[in-house]
Amino acid sequence: MTSHANDHSHGHDHGHDGAAHGSFKGYMTGFILSVILTAIPFWLVMADVLSSNTATAIAVMGLAVIQIVVHMIYFLHMNTKSEGGWNMLALIFTIVIVAIAISGALWVMYHLNTNMMPQMSESMMKSMP
Amino acid sequence: MATQSAVNNTETPVFLAKEEPHAPSSTMLGFWIYLMSDCLIFAVLFATHGVLGRNYAGGPGPQDLFDLPLVAVNTSMLLFSSITYGFAMLAMDKNNLRGTLGWLAVTGLFGVAFVGLELYEFAHLIAEGAGPQRSGFLTSFFTLVGTHGLHVTCGIIWLITLMVQVGKYGLGEANKRRLMCLSLFWHFLDVIWIGVFSFVYLMGVLG
Repeated sequence: MTSHANDHSHGHDHGHDGAAHGSFKGYMTGFILSVILTAIPFWLVMADVLSSNTATAIAVMGLAVIQIVVHMIYFLHMNTKSEGGWNMLALIFTIVIVAIAISGALWVMYHLNTNMMPQMSESMMKSMP
Repeated sequence: MATQSAVNNTETPVFLAKEEPHAPSSTMLGFWIYLMSDCLIFAVLFATHGVLGRNYAGGPGPQDLFDLPLVAVNTSMLLFSSITYGFAMLAMDKNNLRGTLGWLAVTGLFGVAFVGLELYEFAHLIAEGAGPQRSGFLTSFFTLVGTHGLHVTCGIIWLITLMVQVGKYGLGEANKRRLMCLSLFWHFLDVIWIGVFSFVYLMGVLG
């Protein structure tokens, strides 16, 4: 079974299967970029480099987004052409849903906290279900 | 049965296609869509941690609990496993059976080291009385990081299964497809881990 399948696994099978294969250079580029993009946020937080915590937080999240893009390109081999563009379409759809879910949850719950908590007395908390 | 044997006597018409037609396989797209749905699970867990991450219930917070050097080592384990899986894929492209199996084994060892360090961290936290039942922060932390660890564990089991499969049947078309699916899965888990160490650990320690 497999030996005969083996006979058919010549070149043309890889052209249209969508998952473009990486090269050694591509993987190494991705790896080195990832190491740098991982080391910087750890250094920023552990050595307390920036004076403002907000600036550090923005830098950490920004570097995380860059590293995710690096992984997508060099390790997951994402491009606009794989599977006739459907991979990219599914990814964009997911990013939209993820953005709505996370930002929506944080937004709603933040306002819920700030609007509800201070007015609530102990007796109100106890009478709640 | 009678008709079948009668037919067999004359010529051999083929009722069952012995070879699948070479339609472009949609497995990789299907697997990608699965990964995207998995991404939504993690999105919900990240959102939960974003909401509950400051609810310490008077218990210990991230600054008291998280050991960043350990997290950095853990991160490097996963990153190394990503590049070694890449090398396994390159060896697979060259039909290098021994190379593929070797790099897969290295990948698996890095994966086991990652899960081991995570379990050590969890055991340490629980021993300190900072188990998942302590506060909302710890519940969401254990759920998010634990779900990721569970994924890596499943990935290791899948990896071992594929190593046996490849060792037994060689690098056929089907096995190559399976290895490519696991490649997507493995790199995808590394992408999720970027979110975990940035959002949960580093942002948590920042306060």
